[in-house]
Amino acid sequence: MSIVNEHFDPAGGADQAAVSWEMRGEGLHVRASGTWTIATVGTLDAKIRKARELNEARRVIVDAVDIVHVDTAGAWLLRRLVRTAEENGGGGDVVNLDARFERLLALAGHVGQPDRIAPPPRLFIVKLLEEIGEGAFHAYRQGRDLLGFIGLVTVKLMHVIVNPRRIRGTALVNQIEEVGLNALPIVGLLNLLVGVVLAYQGADQLARFGAEIFTVNLLAVSVLREIGVLITSIIVAGRSGSAFTAQIGTMKVNQEIDAMQTIGLDPIEVLVVPRMIALIIALPLLTFFAMIMGLFGGGLVSVLLLDLSVTQFTTQLLDAATIETMLVGLVKAPVFASLIALVGCFEGLRVSGSADSVGRLTTQSVVESIFLVIVFDAAFSIVFSILGI
Amino acid sequence: MVDDLVIDVRHLTTRFGSKTIHDDLTFQVRRGEVMGLVGGSGTGKSVLLKSIVGLMRPHAADITILGEHVSADPSGYDRLRGRWGMLFQDGALFSSLTVGQNVQVPMLERGGMSQALINELIALKIDMVGLPADACPKYPSELSGGMRKRAGLARSLALDPEILFLDEPTAGLDPIGAAAFDHLIRDLSDSLGLTVVMITHDLDSLAAICDRISVLIDKKVVVGTMAELTAHPHPWIQSYFHGERARAAFAETVG
Repeated sequence: MSIVNEHFDPAGGADQAAVSWEMRGEGLHVRASGTWTIATVGTLDAKIRKARELNEARRVIVDAVDIVHVDTAGAWLLRRLVRTAEENGGGGDVVNLDARFERLLALAGHVGQPDRIAPPPRLFIVKLLEEIGEGAFHAYRQGRDLLGFIGLVTVKLMHVIVNPRRIRGTALVNQIEEVGLNALPIVGLLNLLVGVVLAYQGADQLARFGAEIFTVNLLAVSVLREIGVLITSIIVAGRSGSAFTAQIGTMKVNQEIDAMQTIGLDPIEVLVVPRMIALIIALPLLTFFAMIMGLFGGGLVSVLLLDLSVTQFTTQLLDAATIETMLVGLVKAPVFASLIALVGCFEGLRVSGSADSVGRLTTQSVVESIFLVIVFDAAFSIVFSILGI
Repeated sequence: MVDDLVIDVRHLTTRFGSKTIHDDLTFQVRRGEVMGLVGGSGTGKSVLLKSIVGLMRPHAADITILGEHVSADPSGYDRLRGRWGMLFQDGALFSSLTVGQNVQVPMLERGGMSQALINELIALKIDMVGLPADACPKYPSELSGGMRKRAGLARSLALDPEILFLDEPTAGLDPIGAAAFDHLIRDLSDSLGLTVVMITHDLDSLAAICDRISVLIDKKVVVGTMAELTAHPHPWIQSYFHGERARAAFAETVG
């Protein structure tokens, strides 16, 4: 009784490789032929796995006399036929293999059991609990470290202020250009559009009460007190906060920060302080520009759509807003600037090891700084309302 | 010996701006040999390697690899993929994947194999390069420099290539680790019939495992065995192979 099984599959590229087997006495005689390489092992493996005789055999002789070519993948497969028999409590051998390939067979011979290639998956509930715990601990540590960092930077900042010669002039001017001047177009355009939207929506609603003229009040108060500084801060957080993290993070990966420290340069003083001062100078200026653009956009809509004359608009504007209204907005800018710079630099310095973490921490830096800006804005509102401003 | 050339580069000229790096250079590698590639800094060793594997387009060149005339027909690169492997300096492992997953990437890309078979082949490759099996589920950042190189080697061997390109495989390894890595490469090259091209500054590697050495000098290649090159009159080659370090490395293998 013999079972012969030929395999030909021209489409699968396995036409040059074949395996067949028959029972001879107590052992299974396997004939392997053709080229057993990475190109053909997929099909051969599928065939071998399906064959019950091969998986249950206790004594296997693999006759490789017709093998033309073998690579490590093919050698593994030949070897595995025998290994299966060994695992079943028997044994076997690969015979008649061309001497050229004996070394490959030996190489495949001493591999242990295939190991897992990824960390073991965990139970959902365990994973969930683990993540909650890790998240809480992470948030705690993050807050503590950030607080420490703020303290550190404040001390260094004071050093520099007391000792103005330590300010790195070139770096500072460069940074102001990058975070301030270069941000003008986008900040201006977006605030103009927000002004347009506010005036348009405001006029729409107020028209029902015949109070279109108060659109100007709405515009003045919201742009000057809140929207101008908020929109600007969010743009700067996305634009410059992320850049800070990426720049400093990349330097960390390249060990530039370590190099600085061995030379005796203080990374906080060289990297963080100029960025922070630059942003504290640039953000209020940007905010002022943003307010003007916002009012301009709102004014454009008022004049064109509400048939207000320019004089009427300016009179109403001056009536609605005082210089104080504007100062309420502007006073927030340096605080937001410090937050953005601190978070951006802090996350940058936390980068470790791989390029992967630069990307992750940059995202985190933007999210955190926008979050903090809005939280602080809310705090300002509460404080101002208590103070009656 | 029959000149069975697997890599045949002729008339290679590379320029960066007005600076000429290679000028009508010829570089040939025979089947099954281990070819060392040396040269001073900035002589264009890496550039030559990148030109061969198609990561860079040279100014002018006539390149034939494994019978594919790629400089005339760039689609040859698609057919060559999988027939060569490259090990970058620090392994260039994908940092978001484990070692096992890194080795798996080329196999998945090729397709046609069941996951069970892929897992077995991964274990085989990991074993071949001398990594412990428990390195498989680890991330590259958890490994030492030497282990990362071995993992990178396992990935470049994933598809049983015919040619292996190595860019300074022993740089940054301690002498013992470097010697072990050298032997590993020689061993693999012998048992797999690999053709190896390796950039190196390591005289020990050159002496221990290279069949022939190509020296990049004056924008051209001078090729020869270690013995031939030590007799070469060019002053740079003289100082390279007759320095104190060279003598020590040479004495070791001869003596």
